[in-house]
Amino acid sequence: MSSIAEASLNDLDGIRAPRFPRKPKGITGRSIAIIVFLSICAAFFCVPLYVIITTSFKTMDQIRQGDIFSLPAPFTIDAWWSAWDNACSGITCTGLKVGFFNSLAILFPSLVLSITLSAVTGYALALWNVRWAGGFLFVLFICAFVPFQIIMIPLIILSSGLKVYGTVWGIALVHAVLAMPILTLIFRNYYKGIPQEIMSAAMMDSGSFWRIFREIILPMSGNILIVVLILQITSIWNDFLLGLTFGGLGTQPMSVVLANVVITTTGVAAYNENMAAALETAIPPLVIYFVLGRFFVQGITAGAIKG
Amino acid sequence: MPRVQFEDIIKTYGRVTVLKNLDLAIDDGEFLVLLGPSGCGKTTLLNLLAGLLDVTAGRISIGGKDVTDLDPKDRGLAMVFQSYALYPTKTVRGNLKFGLAAHKLDAAETERRIGWAAKLLQIEALLDRKPAQLSGGQRQRVAIGRALVKKVGVFLFDEPLSNLDAKLRTEMRLEIKKLHDDLKSTIVYVTHDQIEAMTMATKIAVMDAGVIQQFGTPDEIYSRPANLFVAGFIGSPAMNLRPATIAIAGGKVAARSAGVDLDLTNYPYVTRPVDGQDVVIGLRPEHFGEPGASVPDPAGMFSLPVQYTEKTGGDATAYLKFGDSLIATRVDPEQIGRFKQGDTIQIAFPQGKAHVFDAQTGRWL
Repeated sequence: MSSIAEASLNDLDGIRAPRFPRKPKGITGRSIAIIVFLSICAAFFCVPLYVIITTSFKTMDQIRQGDIFSLPAPFTIDAWWSAWDNACSGITCTGLKVGFFNSLAILFPSLVLSITLSAVTGYALALWNVRWAGGFLFVLFICAFVPFQIIMIPLIILSSGLKVYGTVWGIALVHAVLAMPILTLIFRNYYKGIPQEIMSAAMMDSGSFWRIFREIILPMSGNILIVVLILQITSIWNDFLLGLTFGGLGTQPMSVVLANVVITTTGVAAYNENMAAALETAIPPLVIYFVLGRFFVQGITAGAIKG
Repeated sequence: MPRVQFEDIIKTYGRVTVLKNLDLAIDDGEFLVLLGPSGCGKTTLLNLLAGLLDVTAGRISIGGKDVTDLDPKDRGLAMVFQSYALYPTKTVRGNLKFGLAAHKLDAAETERRIGWAAKLLQIEALLDRKPAQLSGGQRQRVAIGRALVKKVGVFLFDEPLSNLDAKLRTEMRLEIKKLHDDLKSTIVYVTHDQIEAMTMATKIAVMDAGVIQQFGTPDEIYSRPANLFVAGFIGSPAMNLRPATIAIAGGKVAARSAGVDLDLTNYPYVTRPVDGQDVVIGLRPEHFGEPGASVPDPAGMFSLPVQYTEKTGGDATAYLKFGDSLIATRVDPEQIGRFKQGDTIQIAFPQGKAHVFDAQTGRWL
């Protein structure tokens, strides 16, 4: 064995066999314990997921046999299609697709509104001399910790006064407003990390609030925009309470429609359809995670910006 | 008419006073270096001039125009920062272009100026690169370029060379000096490095504790330091400062320190010394010499033990024990090998080279 190791090392150009070769690290008892523990943790999440996925591809006949761990036989995507197209929520049997498009219609305006406003506010608070900035930050901080339930009723009254209650715009607006405090704090802290001298240079070169934001600060915000985007998409898509209380008939987001589909049972509970509906609702944020996840880690670990 | 004038500037942060009733006038075309240790207020003064900080009280004027309440971009200044402060997402060209953001020039003139600055600083080949792809020296050139394109009368430099390695620093020092000679613009340059100050400045303002201790040409500051602070700050190794007592006997004036007399009869006193007056004498390391040949008519002779020696290529310094402290003397690097620790050597200090300061006020006598 040692001769093989030496031979392979001798193949390297210009390096002679090391006089002090290092021993390869073996598997220790400690690492076995960690692996076992992590496997249990993984199983905790993976087993229910396995059941949901397999059930969604089964026929009702196979489900009735009661073996929840069996693989689908025959394999069918009927349940996925019917959950999307014609599952019944209450008396309307149009599936999840209405909710999906409602969710999109809520998502985009509230993303644009909340991210634009909080980025500009964060930029102003972090890099410009704003009067009462400290007090304003404190209020924001407090607001970020007020539970939605406390202000739900006043918000409903306010939004009906603004004639947006029960519309997708209303839900989008409330989402944007509720996200503002925390997003502003996130942007503000990120922009605080921009070196003071860059801002000073920009003040001497241009001095224009909007031009500095557009040309200097915004291009440097890529990472934090991704973080905020993921945070917002996930929280808006997965929200249930706000959609339930602010959504009218036909303007409910996907999560609310999903709940209605699962609750509405005529005759037998269609487990395969319910599971498929749950998975369909969960897919959009998952896609976002897979596409943007790499940037997400970069974004939350990027503290200082190097020149 | 002075181009840049500070009148009775006061700057406080809460209860901390950074600048105390400061007056300073900089003539057109001057290369002024603000020199001082960390925290002396020199960068604050520069930022006040730039408009990045507001004065607590006082007036700043540029070219006769009061700019105290103007925005930075309206003051007709350009600034180069210590960390270069290049915009990381813009190319070099974009950086230079943004330097003209407040100037409202047409595209052709913008291009012409970028081309001119790039040629002058030899960064033409780098115009389409991002700052992250440049070396420290190149970034420094781009930062200077971003200031040059504005074609203003006054340039501000905030310790621009302190992030460069020693070799590059020497190169850039010469280049900035050359730029000043070519462009004939006024430069205000902040540094804590006395070599930079001595080599580049036409005028130096030595600052300490928010006060300008001395304002003058590099030669004046070196050969006639106004007070103890300037004497101790300028020069490397630093001037040897020793407490002494004036002894006047038979028309001869001498300073007595640790049993050694230094003849000061021909010293150009500003105020007449009194017998028994406490003073501080300042002796530059390079003025010491061997008795006899190099110092034929010594003002004082010292016989002191060697504590340790330092050799830096072309220079050598011997530290000698004098009373309870050390004095530094410049010695011939060829000869330094002879000096062993504990050996007692004879050195002489020539006539007319000593500085005398009042021990109470610290002023030059």
